[in-house]
Amino acid sequence: MIKLSHIVKTYNPGTAKEVPALRDISLEISKGEIFGVIGLSGAGKSTLIRIINMLERPTAGTVEVHGQELTQLSEKELREARRHIGMIFQSFNLLSSATVAENVAFPLQLAGTMDKAAIAKRVTELLELVELGDKAQMYPAQLSGGQKQRVGIARALASNPEVLLCDEATSALDPKTTSSILELLTALRRKLNLTIVIITHQMEVIKECCDRVAVIDGGVITEMGSAVDIFIDPKQDLTKRLVSAAVRRGLPELLRHTQVVSEYHEGAKAVVELLFLGPKADAPVIVDVAKECAVSISILAGNIDHIQSEPYGIIVVEIGGSRAEIERAINEFKQRVHKVEVLGYDERKQLSEF
Amino acid sequence: MNASSFLNFDAISRIGGLLFDASLETLYMVFISSAVCIIAGVPLGVILLVTSKGYFWESPRFYNVLAAVVNALRSIPFIILMVAIIPFTKFVVGTSIGTTAAIVPLTIGTIPFIGRLVETSLRTVPHGLIEAAESMGATPWQIVRKVLIPEAMPELIQNFTITVIVIIGFSAMAGTIGGGGLGDLAIRYGYMRFRADVMISTVVILIAMVQIVQWIGDYLTRRCDHR
Repeated sequence: MIKLSHIVKTYNPGTAKEVPALRDISLEISKGEIFGVIGLSGAGKSTLIRIINMLERPTAGTVEVHGQELTQLSEKELREARRHIGMIFQSFNLLSSATVAENVAFPLQLAGTMDKAAIAKRVTELLELVELGDKAQMYPAQLSGGQKQRVGIARALASNPEVLLCDEATSALDPKTTSSILELLTALRRKLNLTIVIITHQMEVIKECCDRVAVIDGGVITEMGSAVDIFIDPKQDLTKRLVSAAVRRGLPELLRHTQVVSEYHEGAKAVVELLFLGPKADAPVIVDVAKECAVSISILAGNIDHIQSEPYGIIVVEIGGSRAEIERAINEFKQRVHKVEVLGYDERKQLSEF
Repeated sequence: MNASSFLNFDAISRIGGLLFDASLETLYMVFISSAVCIIAGVPLGVILLVTSKGYFWESPRFYNVLAAVVNALRSIPFIILMVAIIPFTKFVVGTSIGTTAAIVPLTIGTIPFIGRLVETSLRTVPHGLIEAAESMGATPWQIVRKVLIPEAMPELIQNFTITVIVIIGFSAMAGTIGGGGLGDLAIRYGYMRFRADVMISTVVILIAMVQIVQWIGDYLTRRCDHR
């Protein structure tokens, strides 16, 4: 649906103020996919999303949306192509002088292909779709942030686009409103078979609704994969940092300041991180292993959550027993859970000694 | 001048007639000049804006030349401009004397002023709105007409109000070189014939006009401001 090939964007090329924003970005997004682009501010993600609808022209590279090569189009053809690419913004960008209904009607009036009655009918439909049917005659200033973004979404969908670009669409919203907007986007994707591109710096957004993610840093994609992979098994430092903001990983706070060493020694307990994923996440793994290997297992920290609709759990346990028993238990865990990582060995006898 | 003259109904009605005629002349000058200024000033402001940096017809050379001309015209004191363009005024209306002739310098003197005000008004429209309209496939003309002007309407009306008030002031000045209107009356009767009553009356009428224009402006601003 969307194909970017070797995109380079440099601001003020050839001058002293030359700024490379994107260095060599290639990615492909298929129809019906929710694709997230995450990065810190200044990483180039806003530029990247603006390249998809050519609000920014790339310095080099090609942009293909719905089989159409956008870099080759004339201004007029480009305007026509943009009608099939909706966009929503962090600051909503609604017309303050127009009512909710007039805002949603705006792209239809620009296109000038529908008569008044048809526009009014379409606007009613769209407002129903975003659950704002009763707010048609209000002005944006009278709405909450979440409602404004819903108007933004209705407006972006007015001309039946196949693609919806979301530029930090939830960054100005509180967590609860963010969730409701993301739920709406997910529902719209299903209902309208939309392809959605989300630019964000919030890992929560990726966790809640993205199928695939690209991590962008310094104008290049440093890591790309399915949301689950990125969360469960981040490779790059930046990805790990971003992921850790949304998912607690590693040694629990409780053990941070104690003697956890990397080598086993006599009498120590193993501190192990277990990663459960998918349908296995609810099996009684810990009890089973404890019984089978005759080890003592205590849970130090745990977090059960979901990535999109995929359940996963991260549990840090402490395994006590002889060296052989501990090793056997770890091997047993490796058979049963998605991933096992030995974080270290702890010489304390009991947590309660603290 | 003694107190009894105030009771002289003949004199009062004569002065009243003069004030009435002069007020009509002033209103005529102000109305026509304001209309012409707004009609010409809005496009000027739009051109200044869209050719400036960061807008869709960005052209630094064009913008700088136009801005320099606008600034040059704005820096000429109105009373000098009025005299300086007498040949042009004669060319346009056939004479340099009278209320219609006064409209020419009033317009020329105020268009650059309103052009700048329109430019700054339109600049208050957040760039994101232009971007949003572009993302919906709006043409530059649609952006001007359907985004920039409606969104800046409260500022535009405020600035039109200021402009009309400036024109009222200028129109009084135009009276000094034979332009007619309240300024002319104030000079001829109030100043040259020491008629304090005429002077005070013209001042009161001018204050009332400015106040009414301001009220209308404020009312219209409130009506169209939904922010």
